[in-house]
Parts: sequence; structure tokens; C-alpha cells
Amino acid sequence: MFNIVTIIQRAVVQGIPLLFGSTGEIMTEKSGNLNLGTAGTMYVGAICGVIGGFFYENGAGASFNPVLGTIIPLLSAILGSLIMGLIYSFLTITLRANQNVTGLALTTFGIGIGNFFGGSLIKIVGADVPTIVLSKTSACFKAGIPFAGDLGWFGEIFLSYSWLAYLAIIIALLCGYILKRTRVGLHLRAVGESPATADAAGISVTKYKYIATCAGSVIAGLGGLYYIMDYASGVWSADAFGDRGWLAIALVIFTLWRPTTSIWASILFGGLYILHIFIPTGSNLAVKELYKMLPYVITIIVLVISSLRNKRENQPPASLGLPYFREDR
Amino acid sequence: METKVPALSMRHITKRFGSKVVANKDVSLDIYSGEILALLGENGSGKTTLMNMLSGIYYPDEGQIYLKGEPVDISSPREAFDLGIGMIHQHFKLVDVLTAAENIVLGIENEGRLNMKKAAARINDICSRYGFEIDPSKKIYDMSVSEKQTVEIVKVLYRGANLLILDEPTAVLTPQESEKLFAVMRNMKKDGKSIIIITHKMQEVLSVSDRVAILRAGEYICDRITAQADTQELTDLMVGHSVTLNISRPEPVRPKDRILVKDLTVRDIEGIVKLDHVSFNARSGEILGIAGIAGSGQKELLEAIAGLQPIEEGTIEYVEDDGSRESLIGKDPTEIADMGVALSFVPEDRLGMGLVGNMNLADNMMLRSYRQGHSIFTNKKAPAELAEHVVDELEVNTPGIGTEVRKLSGGNVQKILVGREISSAPTVLLTAYAVRGLDINSSYTIYDLINKQKEKGVAVIYVGEDLDVLIELCDRILVLCAGKVSGIIDGRNAVKKKIGAMMTQTEEAPKGGSDE
Repeated sequence: MFNIVTIIQRAVVQGIPLLFGSTGEIMTEKSGNLNLGTAGTMYVGAICGVIGGFFYENGAGASFNPVLGTIIPLLSAILGSLIMGLIYSFLTITLRANQNVTGLALTTFGIGIGNFFGGSLIKIVGADVPTIVLSKTSACFKAGIPFAGDLGWFGEIFLSYSWLAYLAIIIALLCGYILKRTRVGLHLRAVGESPATADAAGISVTKYKYIATCAGSVIAGLGGLYYIMDYASGVWSADAFGDRGWLAIALVIFTLWRPTTSIWASILFGGLYILHIFIPTGSNLAVKELYKMLPYVITIIVLVISSLRNKRENQPPASLGLPYFREDR
Repeated sequence: METKVPALSMRHITKRFGSKVVANKDVSLDIYSGEILALLGENGSGKTTLMNMLSGIYYPDEGQIYLKGEPVDISSPREAFDLGIGMIHQHFKLVDVLTAAENIVLGIENEGRLNMKKAAARINDICSRYGFEIDPSKKIYDMSVSEKQTVEIVKVLYRGANLLILDEPTAVLTPQESEKLFAVMRNMKKDGKSIIIITHKMQEVLSVSDRVAILRAGEYICDRITAQADTQELTDLMVGHSVTLNISRPEPVRPKDRILVKDLTVRDIEGIVKLDHVSFNARSGEILGIAGIAGSGQKELLEAIAGLQPIEEGTIEYVEDDGSRESLIGKDPTEIADMGVALSFVPEDRLGMGLVGNMNLADNMMLRSYRQGHSIFTNKKAPAELAEHVVDELEVNTPGIGTEVRKLSGGNVQKILVGREISSAPTVLLTAYAVRGLDINSSYTIYDLINKQKEKGVAVIYVGEDLDVLIELCDRILVLCAGKVSGIIDGRNAVKKKIGAMMTQTEEAPKGGSDE
């Protein structure tokens, strides 16, 4: 029962939505925007993917084309989460609204949107159970490496995932590279640390904040899409996504704003998140809930340690959460 | 001069903020290549605003800027860079967690991949050319103020600036660091660059600049060739009326010991000795000056007296009027403040200690007095009256007492801080860098205030940077060097050269002055 290979494999599958979410949030926060709307954005990414997939799968019927079946939900999810990013950016960057309030409002809004449209689709189907099943679309997203099954434990741990999972890792590596090694990354970090400095150096603060926030939202939205199409096998039901969005935000702190660290950290969090399944707790549900707390407890411990060490590189971007206005003094 | 085309000229520039405040009115100004122009004016006379229009931070409402005779439009900092104009702001614009080199290349668009090696090579090249010292891979948060300033200057040179604007560059530097900066400025001048320097220190204006332009209340008054000008004339032009440039030094009134410090030793968090067996006494009705290179323990000394520093060794005693002594060690800052010890410390960034930038004048006054209230509601009336009083008395330039402190110019912020501390009617006044960054007229207002306190019988401890002022103002001067007292000398017979020597060496053979 206690099979380490299975645990790792399940942890990765659990971790991928978190990796998307945390990578997106890191890019956003590096621009100085604290987007607490990530949880809502992931919901919107998921439901938009479901909507796109639903209409294509039901419309195409027998002539279902796997390429279109992939592209349509993918584009829908990207568009949905992009709109969430744009709303957040417009409110906080252009109108300089309070970032915390805006983010929390967007989370509530995103979950509401998800449940509302999910409910509408269920009504269209007229199903008995309150779920939508998109098996054909899900199959497109579950496509992975064909020979993985022949390679034993190695195949299961490293090769058994769908293409979106590998995309998540590629995006995280790419973001890490951009932040550390490129001019764009340097500029982005400067914007998040000290927008006035960046502005005086001729960097367009507004442009960088908009692009980072919107790109971050799209990346996070893909996490929602992955969750529905791969992890949940194309089954949508209200509130199934749970608190993964918050876990992704906790990961940002845990990784000390490093996308590459997030690759193993999100798998660790994924493992901790499902640990209770593998540890026999009997019928005592309270113990299960205690296990579910682990990721958050660890985040707090990391926060305490990183604050104690007080190394400047490990602190959040200095202007995180603050609006920027050039003529402010 | 008229035959040369100016490197840059401003014609009839007007800038307004809102409908009422006119920061600059019809200003015309020229600067030539290979020239150092000093821009002189009181706090709030519009110098920084005028320069911000050159650096693209603000856009003029009226008027035209010409570069080498061609009209140009500078609507963003990037356009200013492209035109070869670089400004070194009073508040450094640097990203703390990045290295010097990363800060320097910030905002330059060329290849996408960062090549820090190439950048470092070019930085070292610029440094050796003009005589800077800088480590490109050092993080900004590890740097001293003067190093940060060097990074700022290299940053604009790296972008190929031909016109450099320095906004009060020496306000935060030690005299030695200032000298170094001036040497660099002269090198840049030789290289054909134009430099505009904003400063309040008259000696600097006279020693480094070629020409002085004077602004008053947002208007251009005139310019003078530095070689033909003197302090008195420039001050009068700047203020608009004749000013007496003498600091009065009334005789101490019945001086009595008030604070006795013996063998005081203080270490910082890292365990480095900041004060090493410091002993002295401060007397009522007397100003005790403290001289020393920045970071020699001045801050720790004042904080130890105010109860803000843990003390390793030694005693600090407060002497009451009746001669009874009470130890200040072990008391918390509130108790010490209640005994009549007031601390006004003006840090390098001015707002760091003592005032809350986002709160208005009246509320900042209340920070000192809220404990006097007895109901659960705050009493806003008394602080508001006090704020009005300070604004009137010290001629603070503010739209009203409801204005947030961070919106005021640096000099006005300082007046509020010092004014508030004095208003608490202390028996001991500790002030550090009270005139940091203030124009000459405001500085004299502060000196007057301090002298009035002295006449009231307050024991004043004045930490200052400007040796000339210390010599003119203080009754006795204690010289610190690396945390040790290198001597206490009488202000009336003090010689600047001697104090300067004592600042750099502790072993002063005969104890200076006639004191003790």
C-alpha cells in the first residue's frame, strides 16, 4: 500500500496545478503586484476550458478532431485568465485601487463565475448528477509519452505525465531564466523593487506591470485547465478545485520568489496535500484535516526562517502591494 | 560668451502645480560645455523642479528647451537620456537588492541577454577615466551613501550623458568625500561635460563652480561669475534682502553640569565597538558640539543618552537642579523623555526617524504628546495649535497643517522635526545634523532656535558636519574619532585645521583647548 513510486507520481500530478499557479504569481509579484486573485483566475481558466471543450465536443460529435479539441479549450482558458489579469491590472495599475481588496474580490468573483457557468452547462445537459464530463477533450490533454509504461518505476516517476505537465516545468524554467539572465528580467525586478528607480531609468513601469500581471494570470489559468482536463479527467463539479489557489500563493513565499525552486516545492506541496490518503488514519476525519494543514504550516516555518536570516535577496519585492504614481513623492 | 552656442538653454520656462502653486515662472538659463554651473536658491525656490524638467520627470507648462541651439521636447526620463542629460537625484534612485553594475545598465535596451562582464569592463573604464572607485558586483544595500552616489554618477555617464545635474550631492557626504567628488567633477569638466550642481554650501559654490545662477521664489534672478562673487553678495541675492551672516554665541548662563557620561562603551549588533570609553559632561546653558567623520559614533552617543541603545559599560547620569544625580541607564526612552531629554535626529534620508511621512503636520506633532491625553479619544486641538505655531515661527512653506509631511520639501520637513522637539521645553536638547540640506537662511533660523534654547538654560548637544558652524556656534567641541574621544576643545579658540586632524587620529598628544 505504501508505494513510494505511486506517492511521487501522485504528488507530481497534484503539484502541477500548484506549479502553474505559483509560477504565474511569482511573475506577477516580481512586478510589485500582489495578486490574491490567483485562486479566482485558476477557477476562471478551468471553467473557460470546460466551456470551450463542452461546446466543441458536443458540437463536433463524431467528427471530433483531437487538434481542435486541444486548441479550443486551451485558447478559451488563456482568454479567460487573460481577462482576469486585465481586470486586475486595470484596477490596480491604471486606477491604483488597493491590491489586496481587488485580489480578494477577484477570487470571490472567479469562483462565482466558475460555479455559475458550470451550473449553466449542467442545466444544458440536463444530467442527473451535478457534473459535466468531457471525456474526449480530456483524452487530448492526457496525451503523454507513449512508451512510458514500458520503463518501470523510471517511466512512472518521470515520463508518465501529460504534455501540460511538462509545459508547466518548461514555463517555470523559462521564467527563472528570464528573471535571472535577461534584460527584461532585470527590468521587471527593478519595477517590483523600486518603480520610481525603474521609471527614472526610462523603463515603462505600467507596461511591465501589465505584461507581467497578465502573463502571470494566463500561466495560473493553465493550472486550472490542467486540473480539470488531466487530474479530474474532464469532470467539472462545483468547488472541486478547492483551496489550491491559496496553496499556490503560499508556495510563492515558500520558494522565496524563485520559479525554478517552485518545481520541486510544488511537488512537495502536492505530496503533503495528499499525504493523508496514504497514511492510515482510520475513520478519524480530524486527523486527515490536520495532515491537510501541513503545507501551510511549512510555509509559516519558511517565513519565520527566512525572516530570521534577514537576507535581502530572500525578501519579497520591496514595492509589493504598493501602487505607483510618478508625481507622488 | 555670447559667441558660443550654449550646450543647453531654457527659455521662458513656467511650471505650475495645480492652479495656485507656481514652482517656476518665466525662467531662462544657459549652460555651456566644460562649465560647472551652481544653481543657488532657498529651499522651495524651484531649483529641483526646474532641473526635473530637464531630466524628463516634469514637463514644462510654458517655454522651450534648446539643446545646442535646437529646440527639443523632453517628456520622459528616457528622452532625457537619449539627449545626453543625466540627473543625480537627492534621493538616490537605486534598487537595493541589485548590484552596482545591474543598477547601472538598468533601462538600457540592447541585446536581451545580460552580459554583466562586458558591462563591468565598461564601468571600470569610466571609473579609471574620471577617478571613481567602485566595485561593480557589490550590492547596493552593502554600500555607504557616498558609494551609492558614485553608482548614480557612473550610471548617467554610462549612458553617455554630456550634461550632468547633481541635486545637493554633498548634503550626505563627509568633507573628505565631497572633496573627492569635486575632483571628479573637475575631471568631467576637462572632458567637456557640462555640470549643474545644486548646493546650499557657499564654500562649495565658490570652490567648485565657474558660474552661479540664482533662483528666488521660482524666478530667475541673475547669474554671477564665481571668481567675482562672494558669500555675502550671493546670500543677499538669494534671500532678496540683506542677511547678517554671523552666528551669535552668547556667553553661557550659569553653566551647571546636567549630563555626566563616564566610560561609555557601546557595541552594535555585529559586536563592533561604536563608542569606546567615552567620558564628558554637558552643561546647562551651553552648547556642546560634537565633531567627527560620519559614523564615528555620533548616532550611538545620542541614542545611548536617549535610551535607544543598549549600553555595555559605563554610566550616564542626569543631574537635577538641586544637584541630585539619577542614572539614565536602564530607563526606557519614554521615561528619559519625560525627564526633559529631547532628541531630534535628522538622518540621511530625513524622514527615517521622528516623523511619519504619510501623516499630516498636526498628527506628527501628536506623536510626541498623545500620552498626555486621558480620554480614549485623541485631542487634536493642541497638536494643531502647536503645528500652526511651528509653521509660523519657522516660516515653514506648506499649504496648511493638514498636508502630509512627505509632500513637503526636505528643509521644511526638518523645521517641523526640530520645531516639535524644541516645543516640548526640554532641559537637554540632543540634535544631530539639524541643518542637513537646509539653505543658508533656514540654517540660520535653526541656529537661532538652538541659541534661544541655550539662553533658556537648556543643555544642548549639537552633532554637526560643518566645522565652520561648529566653531562659530558651540561653546565646547568634543571631537570623536572611531568611537573614541580625541579631545574636547573650547569653541572660542578652536582652529579648524586642528579639529580636522583630531577627527582622523585619536592620539592627540596635548589635550587641546583650555577646557577641563
